[in-house]
Amino acid sequence: MKLRTPISLARGLGSAKEGVNHWWMQRMTAVALAPLALWFVASLLYVVHADYDAMVAWVGRPVNTVLLALFLFTAFYHAMLGLQVVIEDYVHGEGAKIVSLLVMKFLLVLLGALSIIAVLRIAFGG
Amino acid sequence: MATDRRPLSPHLQVYRPQITSVMSITHRATGVALAVGTLLLTYWLVAAASGPEAYAHAQSRLSSKLGLLFLFLWTLALFYHLSNGVRHLFWDAGYGFELETVDKTGKWVIIAAVALTLLAWIIATA
Repeated sequence: MKLRTPISLARGLGSAKEGVNHWWMQRMTAVALAPLALWFVASLLYVVHADYDAMVAWVGRPVNTVLLALFLFTAFYHAMLGLQVVIEDYVHGEGAKIVSLLVMKFLLVLLGALSIIAVLRIAFGG
Repeated sequence: MATDRRPLSPHLQVYRPQITSVMSITHRATGVALAVGTLLLTYWLVAAASGPEAYAHAQSRLSSKLGLLFLFLWTLALFYHLSNGVRHLFWDAGYGFELETVDKTGKWVIIAAVALTLLAWIIATA
């Protein structure tokens, strides 16, 4: 039995069942990033002193390649969700808001793709 | 109707800064700073993927005085956002809302962020 009126069905508005998706994904990525970020900084302490060959060897170890890619993906995703809220809070004109959101998301996808492909290229010695 | 005379919510500057409000906006500011910092991270990884010369060039830039200053602020922002993010996750789970607790965990977060940053740099420069 549908409890909604015919007119409300025709308008097609209402819950899309995705209202909490943004909120939830921001928390999920936060939980994942806590250990990943700690691992990344701890690794950097080792990598900063390494020369090029040692750095390439470090990235190429399977566990490091996977953790790096996961860290980067999760960090860029988390950043995108966070910046989206900041833009929605402070940019009030509808047009300016949509343009800022588009530019921000395109930029972060570009940077995310560049960094992850860079890691894979180092790992697979392209 | 005169909409320009209606009461406004108090502007930020009429409030005395408190640990809660200052830490809240700092969480957002460090989040934005970390997002901007992904430019540096992407640059470093792409340089490493481009070969030994590009990597050496990037390393020398990052170990310049300006580069080290950026990296130091980056680690401080990261550890602050990470520690305070864990505090936020506890709030999301429904814990730690008493004013006394909020003040106490806030101070812990600041201590943790500074301590972790100093520890990382002591290890990195040792």
